[in-house]
Amino acid sequence: MGWIGETIESFKSIKIRKALSQAVSFGLIISSALMIWKGLMCWTGSVSPVVVVLSESMEPGFARGDILFLHMNKDPIRAGEIVVYNVEGRDIPIVHRVIKVHDTRDTGEVYLLTKGDNNEFDDVPLYAEDQLWLQRQHIMGKAIGFLPYIGYATIIMTDMPIIKYVLIGVLGLLVLTSND
Amino acid sequence: MHSFGYRANALVTFAVTILVIMCAMASFSDNFNSPSPTASVQVLNINWFQKQLHGNDEVSMTLNISVDLQSLFTWNTKQVFVFVAAEYETPKNSLNQISLWDGIIPSKENAKFSIHTSNKYRFIDQGSNLKGKEFNLTLHWHVMPKTGKMFADKIVMTGYRLPEDYR
Repeated sequence: MGWIGETIESFKSIKIRKALSQAVSFGLIISSALMIWKGLMCWTGSVSPVVVVLSESMEPGFARGDILFLHMNKDPIRAGEIVVYNVEGRDIPIVHRVIKVHDTRDTGEVYLLTKGDNNEFDDVPLYAEDQLWLQRQHIMGKAIGFLPYIGYATIIMTDMPIIKYVLIGVLGLLVLTSND
Repeated sequence: MHSFGYRANALVTFAVTILVIMCAMASFSDNFNSPSPTASVQVLNINWFQKQLHGNDEVSMTLNISVDLQSLFTWNTKQVFVFVAAEYETPKNSLNQISLWDGIIPSKENAKFSIHTSNKYRFIDQGSNLKGKEFNLTLHWHVMPKTGKMFADKIVMTGYRLPEDYR
């Protein structure tokens, strides 16, 4: 009871000046998070520098909930590299390994075929209709490093959105009621 | 000042910091391992070699692959992904890489082996350039760590040649 009473008390005692300074510190948190994300984007050259693995198609290398760090540069893509690609008509990017590469001499076009380590067959059925190869514009980045498990939080949050709202609410309350 | 929330916060922050440092150190320690893997691949037989209906050459072959990749394993190694790719140039393409066989090595004990296999993925050219074609067989490996940076390297084996005629 005491905790709730204190919380209500602290709400009552909020003054204009204090509320403003809290709004500013709240803004600071949000903008620094945004800056880190955008900075990572610039540094890695990838539209999404960090992705969470959602499928089991790369087991046992990558499991559901692992976090991958992506990197994108002008270097050619070679067989064996793990790329994240986006296919027209699909919203979710796919993390799979390149198994075939054809570099065209004149136009510089690249033709890639991918496959999940844990899948029986290659990815042609996953591509858009009549698409046999991936090309440069489909590639979002190459995986260069990874951290296990940490991404599981986002999977839980997308599976059960209620947890996300509760978490945001609690954090918001903490920020508003903190006395620093 | 010394409420439950602050203590919990300090404890969690400290624990996460330690965890991050340990992960970074584990990943960094991989740099001290200088592996010396060995490999040899032989083409035992060309099973068949023909032109497909839409004009691309396709070949099927039997390979013997002997590797010793034990030195790649460190305490931070989750698995090693290994594959053999045929690599060659054609007038149209500056590089063609076609994976013929791949495998996942889960532990050091399984990292030394020798197998006979026909190509797992289809060896199809973009066009019809494979008659009498010289090609390299390259053994690539990708080390997947328990955490941190991934490593990759390869051994190139040269001097393979496809037959002059379809069979």
